[in-house]
Amino acid sequence: MHTLLSSKWLVSKWTKALLFLLCLGPLAAIIWPFVRGYTIPNPLEFIQHATGDWTLRFLVITLSVTPLRQLLRLPELIRFRRMLGLFAFFYACLHFTTYLWFDKVFDVHEIWKDVYKRPFITVGFLAFTLLIPLAITSTAGWIRRLGGRRWRMLHRAIYISAVCGVIHYYWLVKSAVIRPLLYAALVGLLLAWRVGEWLLRRRRTALANTVPQRTPINAAQ
Amino acid sequence: MSVRKSTGLTYADVTPRSVYLDRRKFLSGLGIAGLAAVAGKRLLDLVVPSRSVYAGTKLTTIKGPFSTDEKINSFNDVTHYNNFYEFGVDKDQPAKNSQKFVTSPWTVSVSGEVKKPRKFSMDEILKLAPLEERIYRHRCVEGWSIVVPWIGFSFSTLANLVEPTPKARFVAFESYYDIGQMPLGRYAGISLPYVEGLRLDEAMHPLALLCVGMYGETLPNQDGAPVRMIVPWKYGFKSIKSLVKIRFVKDQPPTTWNMYSSQEYGFYSNVNPEVDHPRWSQARERRLPEFFKTHKTLMFNGYADQVASLYAGMDLRKNY
Repeated sequence: MHTLLSSKWLVSKWTKALLFLLCLGPLAAIIWPFVRGYTIPNPLEFIQHATGDWTLRFLVITLSVTPLRQLLRLPELIRFRRMLGLFAFFYACLHFTTYLWFDKVFDVHEIWKDVYKRPFITVGFLAFTLLIPLAITSTAGWIRRLGGRRWRMLHRAIYISAVCGVIHYYWLVKSAVIRPLLYAALVGLLLAWRVGEWLLRRRRTALANTVPQRTPINAAQ
Repeated sequence: MSVRKSTGLTYADVTPRSVYLDRRKFLSGLGIAGLAAVAGKRLLDLVVPSRSVYAGTKLTTIKGPFSTDEKINSFNDVTHYNNFYEFGVDKDQPAKNSQKFVTSPWTVSVSGEVKKPRKFSMDEILKLAPLEERIYRHRCVEGWSIVVPWIGFSFSTLANLVEPTPKARFVAFESYYDIGQMPLGRYAGISLPYVEGLRLDEAMHPLALLCVGMYGETLPNQDGAPVRMIVPWKYGFKSIKSLVKIRFVKDQPPTTWNMYSSQEYGFYSNVNPEVDHPRWSQARERRLPEFFKTHKTLMFNGYADQVASLYAGMDLRKNY
């Protein structure tokens, strides 16, 4: 595996370009049947489901970058995280646009009524809105302006966005809850991993603080 | 005696049994690799969409009453966009997964509060009355609608043959369910077999169709072969598919979607633009394969003249 995903290969600019094209694959797959003129009985539902699915998938992929970096000992994977996150936002934008345009025909009153009255729209709206500041501040300039610590704090909003996205999916289906539960398990696992990491780090620092106390006892013997 | 050459492998090189058995899971566990594989298959599905050919038997029909003159949906729309959870919860799954469904021989048993309970074979049902073609609007609770040339005759024809007693106030319907033929039924999320029900006067209304075909042929499997109900003034889920049991009963029978979520799916479930589903509006509908919800939903799906009197004096917000 390490030969396949060797660091040298990972840092190549071509890898990033290839991944970029790969991330556009779902978009091509959504457009393709329309170009070819295949009959899709419910075209809007097809687009909405596909863009929604890919938003969740890219959120999950983005969230797995950090665990994968550590588990596979491939810190270079960080190079792809921003792009993956932005692709999550890209598909979320498409998803949101189809809702605004094709479902509601930009009827602001109807949209507010929906957001207010329908919990699954409310959480979906929240999940999308939270991604906007993250996309804006994803540039190097914004990291500098905010400072690493504050930037990291802000970008933890992706956790809430992912959780809201999964709830949005769960509340949307009629009875077929298996797939939303699968996403819930994935997001849950990725978040649990972070909690575990945090607890480990805390214990390590606590241990490190106790070391100096122990040394004099050992020295006395 | 044969001497084996050493491969240079030691016991430590043996893949642990659990890893071997879980090798597929292990692969998908790689996350990105798994998702890429899923994406690849999806792409392939889209580039080469499955289109099955159906060998339906031609049916001879006469023109029936109540037909709309609206544009009929394509046969392809009606056979590749189905809610039939026994064959999978995605709309395109029933077309693929129902092809081997065995619908012959087929019997429908009729029992309960009737003077003459009996079983009908499919051949008998097809000969009970002249087959009529009726072009009905079909409105799904999800907000889309289609126009379909169904074939059949009024359910009352069959009901009159078994002679319901005065005790019969409701009719309970049950779908075929066999986990062997419908393995995806396990993941439907709703309890199966699918059951539905109507008040006796609703079932006896001439609009209520015992349906055996569409588009001039017998029903395709994914559309509820070989015999189903069509109740055009109610949301589609009231029109039960692949019917095997009919019981005339005293009390309101349990119905599948109502058992799943009673605030969302009432027993009556008449099409009503003024009563929203808790999670979405029912005011408009998307006439497949259109992009926009250009159609205003009509009271009782446009059949108010025929059926509104059945609900005179009832609060339709309470009896949704």
